This record gives sequence, structure tokens and C-alpha cells, in this order.
Amino acid sequence: MWAIIQRDISLAFAQGGGLLLTVAFFLILVVFVPFGIGPAPTLLSKIAPGMLWIGALLATLLSLDRIFQLDFEDGTLDALATAPIPLTGLVTAKALAHWITTGLPLTLAALPLGFLLFLPNGQYMWLFLSLLIGTPALSFIGTFGAALTLSIKRGGLLLSLLVLPLFVPTLLFGVQAIIHPDHTIMLALLAVISLLSAAVLPFVTALALRAGLR
Amino acid sequence: MASIWQYANPAKFMATTARFMGPLWVLSIATLATGLIWGFFFTPDDFKQGSTVKIIYLHVPSAMMAINAWIMMLVASLIWLIRRHHVSALAAKAAAPIGVTFTLIAMATGAVWGKPMWGTYWAWDPRLTSFMILLIFYFGYIALWEALEDKDLAADLTSILCMVGSVFALLSRYAVQFWSQGLHQGTSIPLVTGERQVDDVFFIPLLFAMGGFILLFITLLLLRTRTAIRLRRIQALKAKET
Amino acid sequence: MYGLDKYAPDVLLAYALGMALLAAIILGSVIQSKRAKKRLEDLE
Repeated sequence: MWAIIQRDISLAFAQGGGLLLTVAFFLILVVFVPFGIGPAPTLLSKIAPGMLWIGALLATLLSLDRIFQLDFEDGTLDALATAPIPLTGLVTAKALAHWITTGLPLTLAALPLGFLLFLPNGQYMWLFLSLLIGTPALSFIGTFGAALTLSIKRGGLLLSLLVLPLFVPTLLFGVQAIIHPDHTIMLALLAVISLLSAAVLPFVTALALRAGLR
Repeated sequence: MASIWQYANPAKFMATTARFMGPLWVLSIATLATGLIWGFFFTPDDFKQGSTVKIIYLHVPSAMMAINAWIMMLVASLIWLIRRHHVSALAAKAAAPIGVTFTLIAMATGAVWGKPMWGTYWAWDPRLTSFMILLIFYFGYIALWEALEDKDLAADLTSILCMVGSVFALLSRYAVQFWSQGLHQGTSIPLVTGERQVDDVFFIPLLFAMGGFILLFITLLLLRTRTAIRLRRIQALKAKET
Repeated sequence: MYGLDKYAPDVLLAYALGMALLAAIILGSVIQSKRAKKRLEDLE
């Protein structure tokens, strides 16, 4: 499992900066918010938590088709599926590698980007914590979506349509964890979503992968 | 011998349902028409809402069936995943467009009703939001069916999506309650609340309308499943020719 | 007109929308079914 995670991470760094691309996309999304709604700091600081979360969500979406696609095309995935490790383990490794190469960088990038949207000073810690706890759910859900659309050529748009509604509870609790006066309860609920996704979805994803590879 | 699973055989399913389709159509249209006509023409106006209250005969049954159609899809999907009956997978596929239509009816009539009652066509109220999410789930489910060439694979993957989608739709349903306060009043069906809040004059036609929507759903579901089986046969015959 | 003027416009609009959608799904399903039936008969 560690070998797969390490391999995916080094690939993400090698492939013309897939990691950098995700963060750059996040930056562009955040920069576009004031263009769309105007530069007034009071308004921006009010919508900053939601905009940062939506930006992270969309940036995650952009990187999902990379999870299995390359391995599927060159046959590595077939080889991995017949390898002695269970498919569920492979899926978990893939999702973790995805989180390390997108969720974690996005969490770190959100802090300076919060500055651009005048995020209130007291919310930086909660922004960091909610993204740190919430983005693993995005990676596990996204891996599931990527497995569903694996055999579809140019399935990027469909992947978004399938995955975004599944992101709803994560987004709701993620933003609430920043703006709700009772931060810890919302963080706990967010953690429940992440743990649930990490514990259950790999089995279902493996099921979908096996169907797709048959 | 008489096991429910014998209807999982497509030929058996076609033969059995063919006998029921006619009477089922008559029964469902009659029940639905009774409920709607009775409700529209022969119920008194509400002392507060005026004639606007009559939207209930479309709004409540369609909202109920919009959710039940998804639950039926979930059951059919599980049956496909566990027992691999083709009719079951096709029935799940057939239910989705009906579910979309009922969701749209519930949302459209609700919007029209919301304007005079709450002063707005749309609000991010938990129930409205949940229906919007439900609608998006229906769209995703249908899109996945359409995108996959291999129909057995499509049945597998859509069933899995339906399963996961159900869990996340439920999570969203509770998540939105933390996020927004509701405008809707609680349910007024005595079966659920244990006491009756709606007067009989309103309630009996409402029961007819609900029965009509249930029957119409079953009729349309069988009809669409039969169509799907026929289309599958056409595909198979064409594949043989070439 | 036809006794409908005692109804609020919102009821009429809601029923029109509801009926239109119901008609759409019923007619759509029936037409698809007829078409499939005919194509299958042609093939067989």
C-alpha cells in the first residue's frame, strides 16, 4: 500500500506539475470572486468561507479523472487488480495519495487565499481545521466517482455531475465549521462524514472497479 | 412453486403484466381523476388560504411519490446487485424519469403555492433544498445509464450509485437542517402524526389523489419496464443479424 | 368564464403546470412503448 501511495505521489509531482495545476486553479477561482461581485471588503469577508470551500471543491473535481485514468489506459490497473493486495486496499491507497497531492496542498493554499478575500482574523484556524478534516471526504468520494466513470471516454463532465451532489454534506458542514458559533460540533459532524467516507466508500469503489474491469 | 422471483424472467414478466396493463390504466386514471376533480371543484375554500389550498391535491401526492420512486429504485438496485434479475435493473432505470417528473411537479406547484403563502416562489428551506438535491441525483443517475454502452455494466454501476446516493442524500437531508430554518409545516397525514388535523372534506379527496399518484406510478413503471425489455430484445436481435 | 373565475390565479397556474407535466410523462411513456413495440414486431 505504501508503495502505491509513494508511486502516485511521485507521479503527481512528475506529470508536468498536476499538483501545481490544482493549486493554480484554486487561486484563479478565488481571484475571480471579487471580479464577479465587486471589491467591497465587508461583502467579501462575509462570503469568504463559502467561496474558499467551493473553490477547494472545484479544484478537487479537476484532479479526479487522473486517479485511475492513466493506470487504466496503460494496463497498470489490471495488473494491480490481480496483485495479491485486496482491491479495497488499492482504492484506499489511491484515495490517500489523492488527498496528499490535492486536499493537503489546497488546505495550505487556502490560508493565504483567505487573505485575498478578507477572511475575518478569528476564522483562519477554523478554515484550516475544517479543510484539513473535510478534504479527505472529498478525496474518497471523488475516488468513488472516478471508479464509476472509468470506462467512459471523456467522462469528465459526467464525473462532475455524479460527484458534486455527493459533496453536499461535506460542503455544508465544512462551511458551518467556520461560521457557526459552535465550531467544534460542526467539526465533529464533518469528521463523521470524512470517517464514514473513508471507512465505507473504498469497499463500494472496489465493487465498481471490479465491475468496470470485468 | 409460486415464488415472486418467477416474475424476474423477462418473458414471464411480459406475459403477466400484459394482462394487467389495461385494467391498471383505467384504475389509475379513474382514481387520479376522482381525487383531482373532487379536490378542485367540490371542496370548500380554506378560510385563510382561499382556493389556493387546492394546490395540495397535486403538491403532496407528487412530493410523496418523488421520494418513493427513488426508494423503489434503491430496492430494485439492491435486488439487481444481489440476485441479478434483469427485470429489476430495467425497472430501476424505468423509474427514474417518472421520479424526475414527480419531483418537478412537486417543485412547480410548491413554487406557485409559496408565492401567496410565504411571499416567495423559492426559498432555501430544508425541504425545498432537499428536493433540489434529489432532482440532481436523478439527473446524475439517468446520465450514468445513458453514458455506458455495456448495459450490464451500466446496471451494476447505476445500482452502486443509487446505493451511495441514497446515503448521501439522507446525510444532506439532515445537514441542511443545521444550515437553514424551515418554512414548511409538519406533516398533516394522520398515519404519520397519529392525530387528524385536516378536515374530512379535504382529506378524502387527498387520499384519492395520493392513491391515484401511486397507481399512476405503478402503471407507468410497468409500461416503461416493458418498453425497456422490448428495446433490449431489439438490441439483441440486431446484434444477431450483424 | 366556465366558473373558473372564482379560483385564485395561482391554483389555476399550479394545476396547469401539474397537468402539463403529468401529460408529458404519460404521453412520453406511451409513445416510447408504442414505438418499441412496432420496431420489435418489424424485426420479428
